[in-house]
Amino acid sequence: MSVPTQGSGMTWVGRSIRRLEDPALVAGQGHFTADLQAAHWVRFVRSPVASGRIDRIGVPPNANVITAADLAGVKPIKPMLHKFSYVPVAQPVLAADVVRFVGEVVAAVVAASKEEAEDIADRVEIEIVPLTAVTDARRALAAGAPVVHPEAPGNVIVEGRIKTPDFDATRASAHTLIQFEAHSRRQNATPLEARAGHTAYDGATGRVTLTCTTQMPHLTRTAIADVLGMPESDLRVIAPDVGGGFGQKMSLTPEYVILVWLARRLRSSVAWTEDRRENLMAGFHSRDQVITLEGAFDKDARLTALSADIIANVGAYSCFPTTCGVEPLMAMAELPGPYQAQAYDCVSRGVVTHTCPMGPYRGVSRPVITFALERLMDKAAARFGIEPIEIRRRNLIDRFPYKSATGLTFDEASYRQTLEMAVEHIDLPAFRARQKQARAEGRYLGIGFSTFSERTGYGSPAFAARGMEITPGWENVEITMDPSGLVEARIGSSPHGQGLRTTLAQIIADEIGVEPRQIRVVHGDTDRAPYGWGTFASRSLVIAGGASLIAAQKLRTKLLKIASHLLEASAADIVLEGGMAKVSGTDRSLPIATMARQAYYQTHRFNGEIDPGLTEIGAYDPAGTFSNACHVAIVQVDIETGHVAIEKFLVAEDAGRIINPMIADGQVHGGIAQGIGNALLEEIVYSDTGDILTSTLADYLPPTAREVPVIELHHMETYSDASITKAKGVGEGGAIGAPAAVINAINDALAPFNIEIDEIPATPRKIRATLRSAMEKRA
Amino acid sequence: MKPAPFVRHVPATVGGATDMLAEFGPQDGRILAGGQSLVPIMAFRMARPAHLIDINGVAELARVSRIDNTLSIGATVRHAAFHRPVADAEMGRMLSTVVRHIAHYPIRTRGTFCGSIAHADPASEWCLVASTLGAEMVARSKRGQRVIAAEDFFEGIMSTALAEDELLTEVRLPILPSQAHFGFYEFNRRAGDFAIAMALVTYRVTDGVIAEPRVGLGGAEARPRRIPEAEAALKGRPLEAKTFQAAAEAAAQAIDPIEDIQADAEYRRELVRAVTRRALERSVP
Repeated sequence: MSVPTQGSGMTWVGRSIRRLEDPALVAGQGHFTADLQAAHWVRFVRSPVASGRIDRIGVPPNANVITAADLAGVKPIKPMLHKFSYVPVAQPVLAADVVRFVGEVVAAVVAASKEEAEDIADRVEIEIVPLTAVTDARRALAAGAPVVHPEAPGNVIVEGRIKTPDFDATRASAHTLIQFEAHSRRQNATPLEARAGHTAYDGATGRVTLTCTTQMPHLTRTAIADVLGMPESDLRVIAPDVGGGFGQKMSLTPEYVILVWLARRLRSSVAWTEDRRENLMAGFHSRDQVITLEGAFDKDARLTALSADIIANVGAYSCFPTTCGVEPLMAMAELPGPYQAQAYDCVSRGVVTHTCPMGPYRGVSRPVITFALERLMDKAAARFGIEPIEIRRRNLIDRFPYKSATGLTFDEASYRQTLEMAVEHIDLPAFRARQKQARAEGRYLGIGFSTFSERTGYGSPAFAARGMEITPGWENVEITMDPSGLVEARIGSSPHGQGLRTTLAQIIADEIGVEPRQIRVVHGDTDRAPYGWGTFASRSLVIAGGASLIAAQKLRTKLLKIASHLLEASAADIVLEGGMAKVSGTDRSLPIATMARQAYYQTHRFNGEIDPGLTEIGAYDPAGTFSNACHVAIVQVDIETGHVAIEKFLVAEDAGRIINPMIADGQVHGGIAQGIGNALLEEIVYSDTGDILTSTLADYLPPTAREVPVIELHHMETYSDASITKAKGVGEGGAIGAPAAVINAINDALAPFNIEIDEIPATPRKIRATLRSAMEKRA
Repeated sequence: MKPAPFVRHVPATVGGATDMLAEFGPQDGRILAGGQSLVPIMAFRMARPAHLIDINGVAELARVSRIDNTLSIGATVRHAAFHRPVADAEMGRMLSTVVRHIAHYPIRTRGTFCGSIAHADPASEWCLVASTLGAEMVARSKRGQRVIAAEDFFEGIMSTALAEDELLTEVRLPILPSQAHFGFYEFNRRAGDFAIAMALVTYRVTDGVIAEPRVGLGGAEARPRRIPEAEAALKGRPLEAKTFQAAAEAAAQAIDPIEDIQADAEYRRELVRAVTRRALERSVP
């Protein structure tokens, strides 16, 4: 590892040290679920029909096939929310009488090999009497629409409403009203590693170990134990190396429940590795929303009132633990974004349909609401005849703390400053000149801005506000220095590619004076790590990082006490650095490793003043903080084909203190790549009868390296008191801001045609169709 | 394994392969060359051949050779063989221009020219080349050998004139005449994706006007083909924007577009107009 040695006065925090997790990964030494061998392999038989009654399941002779009839005593997955008119709906682990989406698990084939399981699954005959399916949320809301769950006759299972007292009066006094519909089509997070699970049974204890590709090992344990009616401690859940999750791996999947059930039933090991087709059909979908948005502006283009009707298509079931409220309720709470609109009126509904269940995906609703709100700002700028940057200057929050219309407290951030930083680096006047010249030559260039806030690192109060039955939020970290001076930090959070083993080690290293590579961060194992909530919602660095800092500070205090005894100096005069405890201004010092031995083996020397051992626990449960950024895209639209090429992508972002700039940049890059996919390429398409038409990667199109431009990044660091490490979350911002910037740029490019594209993805076919109808109207 | 069960046979000679094909062809037997189209379809179990006759070990099929004015391409010649010119002048340049649009590098090192022809995906670049240049397909079976002209070979989407006992041993491409012009343009959503529409044009210039024009379209209809209406718009006309525009318009009007989730008929017609004109623009040095 080529890490420069720590010099006096230098901190590990703030340095781009190489990721401690990478040597194993790049050398093929990582541990992934699908590497595990098992005595039994499972192939799931899935419904080919979107809606219907199961008439018969024909099982080939001598085959071991599990159906709902075998699962007596297994409860359905039924996540609960105690607010927002939530209608709980049950998802049977195996479809019992009816099927509700193409890809729903109907049976599990168990065989001695993957190959045999595939072949047997091929011969299982499912006879389903088809019923009328509804795949579109608006159609599901219409009178007489097919009912997906009898408990919810109108197909609405969650509904949030908010209206500030001043809304009607403020809207009535508006100078300009702008209303439009923003559409976001359905997407799949497409992690590189699809789902996989492996269960092993221990005959001695009766315990089952589930190894699976999850973002939340403890919550998976809790959920499965509840559904199967077993004590939590009889189940161990391990998340080994995980090849990306992006939210898709933070909901409970019925497949894992069946694997645990099978391991107990067979008293043996059982494994399943999902293929890409299953993942695209049944691995959770996201962002299928329609937002009708209206902005009321005063004569100076200041947004005074905002109203929205949000319809989120949540698919056939409600996901655990967030429930399907995660999209519509987050959209409602955070829609006003970084702008100072205090009058707000919003209705937000989650609508069930015969499609794959919705699950959170990087940014959750925020890529959609940011796209909608940023379209509104650009439309208003055009109406007022001012530059898009000017309308943002007039409306961005600039005083802190700021209390939003929905009651959120915005901590210190740099909305205006990041906008100005981006504008300065992009050279807007030069671009406008180039754009004009290009238009004269028949080339259509456009620039798009997106300014947004990214709520990150929020603890249990924020989740409690949603009324979740199981309320996540806090994190515990246990740090132990062993007798040889090596440090182990056990965290409840569960990274799956974010580099947390490195960044937490950097935070801890600065406190206790050892190098990051001497700190092993242990995660993803319910037997080894304290209960924690996992990695999602841009929370781990803030919350597990805060808990690590607290635990490390306690350990530091203890080490200083020990050093004070052994060096016979005041603790205040001792510094811990470079693996040594040193008495300032003297040449007296002691290796920290020596102190560690004494803490275990020479405790009698401390006269009972210091407890034996070197383990400390830190707990952290913050209210939350907001990161922010300005994204700028420059695109060229080929008006003949509708193709969009991104010429430049620039980001000015502020995620507070950056622990490791290289890792932070990587997070932004990855998020933007997904955001570009969302803006231009990725769309799950269902036929009217509920067949999924995009079940392979030949039809569902994530961006490749060729579609993602070089991204120019600029950082700003605002140190907010909302985070004890001063770090804010950075996991989702790239994905949140990019679609809006790209779509605004396309609209800017096409401004001469007087058309508006208010839909993601903006596929070439749709762009052409919009241009065509504009030209036909003109003709 | 994802595919349904099958038996793999490994002939060493063309004769061995055609013997096997005579036996297994009628029992759901298929030829396996590069496998870049067949194997994914098998993994989805959309194709379930009971027998695969793997011709990768047949040495005599791995050759590219020039005989007079014909380029002969054997059945196991990989796409990657065309990254560098395999023939002089325009012919070599044309093939190395087109090959870069076929999927991605790893796929090009494995997939074969003749495999693409036999698979007959309407979006295949090589099928477009074969149609535009008027290639001849050499089919061998235990019954003998026959030569099939491109216009008779491609029958529809993934459907050809090959009988179930016939092996496509070779494709013969006419070499472009000296001083030929060519232009190729492909539209797809991401680099390496299947073409939603593409055009290949070739012609010569005599006395300042276009002679022997060929305009081929792929990805737009059920099979690639030359578009006589577009060729008529070029023949005898000077190389100018107006000519290209007229040919592009003629091509757009002439086609019977396929529809899929990427493109409806109207959009495909627009794309045909654009790719035809752009292929023509690229044909001008």
